[in-house]
Amino acid sequence: MKHVLEEIENKFEVFQVLNQDGEIVNKENVPDLSDDELKELMTRMVYTRVLDQRSIALNRQGRLGFYAPTAGQEASQIASHFALEKQDFILPGYRDVPQLIWHGLPLYQAFLFSKGHFHGNQMPEGVNALSPQIIIGAQYVQAAGVALGMKLRGKDAVAVTYTGDGGTSQGDFYEGINFAGAYNAPAIFFIQNNYFAISVPVEKQTAAKTLAQKAVAAGIEGYQVDGMDPLAVYAVTEHARKRAINGGGPTLIETLTYRYGPHTMAGDDPTRYRTKDLDSEWEKRDPLVRFRTYLENKNVWSEEQENEVIERAKEDIKEAIKKADAYPKQKVTELIENMYENLPYNLEEQLKEYRERESN
Amino acid sequence: MAQMTMIQAITDAMRNELKKDENVLVFGEDVGQNGGVFRATEGLQKEFGEDRVFDTPLAESAIGGLAIGLALEGYRPVPEIQFFGFLYEVMDSISGQMARMRYRTGNTFTSPITVRSPFGGGVQTPELHADSLEGLMAQQPGLKVVIPSTPYDAKGLLISAIRDNDPVIFLEHMKLYRSFRGEVPEEEYTIEIGKADIKREGKDVTLIAYGAMVHACLKAASELEKDGIDAEVIDLRTVSPLDIDTIIASVEKTNRAVVVQEAQRQAGIAATVAAEIQERAILHLEAPVLRVTAPDTVYSFAAVEDAWLPDHKDIIEKVAAVMNF
Repeated sequence: MKHVLEEIENKFEVFQVLNQDGEIVNKENVPDLSDDELKELMTRMVYTRVLDQRSIALNRQGRLGFYAPTAGQEASQIASHFALEKQDFILPGYRDVPQLIWHGLPLYQAFLFSKGHFHGNQMPEGVNALSPQIIIGAQYVQAAGVALGMKLRGKDAVAVTYTGDGGTSQGDFYEGINFAGAYNAPAIFFIQNNYFAISVPVEKQTAAKTLAQKAVAAGIEGYQVDGMDPLAVYAVTEHARKRAINGGGPTLIETLTYRYGPHTMAGDDPTRYRTKDLDSEWEKRDPLVRFRTYLENKNVWSEEQENEVIERAKEDIKEAIKKADAYPKQKVTELIENMYENLPYNLEEQLKEYRERESN
Repeated sequence: MAQMTMIQAITDAMRNELKKDENVLVFGEDVGQNGGVFRATEGLQKEFGEDRVFDTPLAESAIGGLAIGLALEGYRPVPEIQFFGFLYEVMDSISGQMARMRYRTGNTFTSPITVRSPFGGGVQTPELHADSLEGLMAQQPGLKVVIPSTPYDAKGLLISAIRDNDPVIFLEHMKLYRSFRGEVPEEEYTIEIGKADIKREGKDVTLIAYGAMVHACLKAASELEKDGIDAEVIDLRTVSPLDIDTIIASVEKTNRAVVVQEAQRQAGIAATVAAEIQERAILHLEAPVLRVTAPDTVYSFAAVEDAWLPDHKDIIEKVAAVMNF
């Protein structure tokens, strides 16, 4: 009897391009990005960091509702999205609002999603994405279906979905990657491993040494990536996307990352389960810090440019929250009308009742 | 007109829709080359190809997820859940996801999905094959739940279900699959979802039923006729939404009603029917609305199904109680 566990686990090495000092450590895998593209990626990451800071503040003021902090995950979220095309379909989890925004969801709608308004979930025409999924794992089985649909339609596009480390314990996680594998469907499955599912550390989710190796159960490709490294995340995503649209099937990508903030703004206190040492260790790996160093050394980024982005983000956010605040309140009649194409008798009756109430 | 069993009528409806609309996809466990464990999809893969009619891995939750994803790509999925007792595995995809899609996305995405699934007792199936779980589905806003009792109804309702732009749960009673043949037009036709059908006109008492219990009611009605009781039998055909107009008009005529279901008393949809009647027609009632149901236990072990399942004798007993109230 031969033990294969160690052998398998050794195959999943952390893929890195840029170390935490902003130095290229993997020359052959540096993605082919122009200076403008590099600047745009940095711009989006800085913007997203500001968006997180402002969202937390707006939540504390009661101007936003449900909010899952994203600071620390910019490389994982934004650089992965940067490798996608407009025709790709995103099935985000509840922490993956930034990807939606960069895919085309207007900021004020993202705020309406947070506040609990259906207009926040109405993707504009041509924005290929669902609103954030609250049921952990459901986005995975749905992504398999979207990807199969793209394959049957003969599209040059992929379905992309995200879950966390905790989500890899769900049945739908396994079913999703397994279905996509069995149909050889063009899907990219991300696991953003930030080491905690609320308060539960990843070691309590599984005895597996990596989450990427779970791809083996589906017979598909799996990669473990430094999720604080924008160039590594971009390179792996681009690789997976190319493979998928060329008929190579799905890929599972684990990004090793961290959320500096709480799980959500609904009363979670990370000091109950995380040490300060751990937090500061991860802050040293901050994706903005290393990418900034890299770009400054290339002379394509400056403090002035960064401040411009910060100011622009703050302005945009101010405008967007104003627009969200001013957006017409929802009516029960609208909720009823959004249920079916043709209303059944019970809703017809209730629609009449609420129309009368609303006209008084 | 052809003489068809209900299962043939169901296959015929799927064939019609696969031919008519290239977005219709039929998939599930063993529905492809095998033609389904009940032969409901017999010959369809051969006729339409593996891209239109295909097998899935054995996982109900992902079959539901697959349907949702395919619908997002503009397809019209007709997935099969092999037995409806396996619903629990796919409850989130159905109730938590596809039922809510139109609402949660503010009418930008829809789930034009028809979930077909067999259920129902009387054929001595093993555990969790025969359970009547339509009550769970009927409680979920966003779904429609259709249960045919004849070959004719099955074809027309399934075509309507597949063409509906909202999710429909289409439940097929296993005992009715091949127990009799009926006249079914060979050409396409539709039956409106949410419309009941009066299977027997009567003036003394209204029997409201669905699924296999429609036939138990018809049998009871012909025995009651010998005792001079003229029962009207309403086949709901759609258990959510209910056809309130047909139900109330009948009760206003007969002034007495018994609701008959195969599900346990605490399950099914009989309580909803009774509540609607008392809210809308209490002044027409000469007696309370009574229910015929199975007992509130887990579904019967196969060897005692006959004693456990409600039948025409239970119906006759309840009719006597409302007549003599």
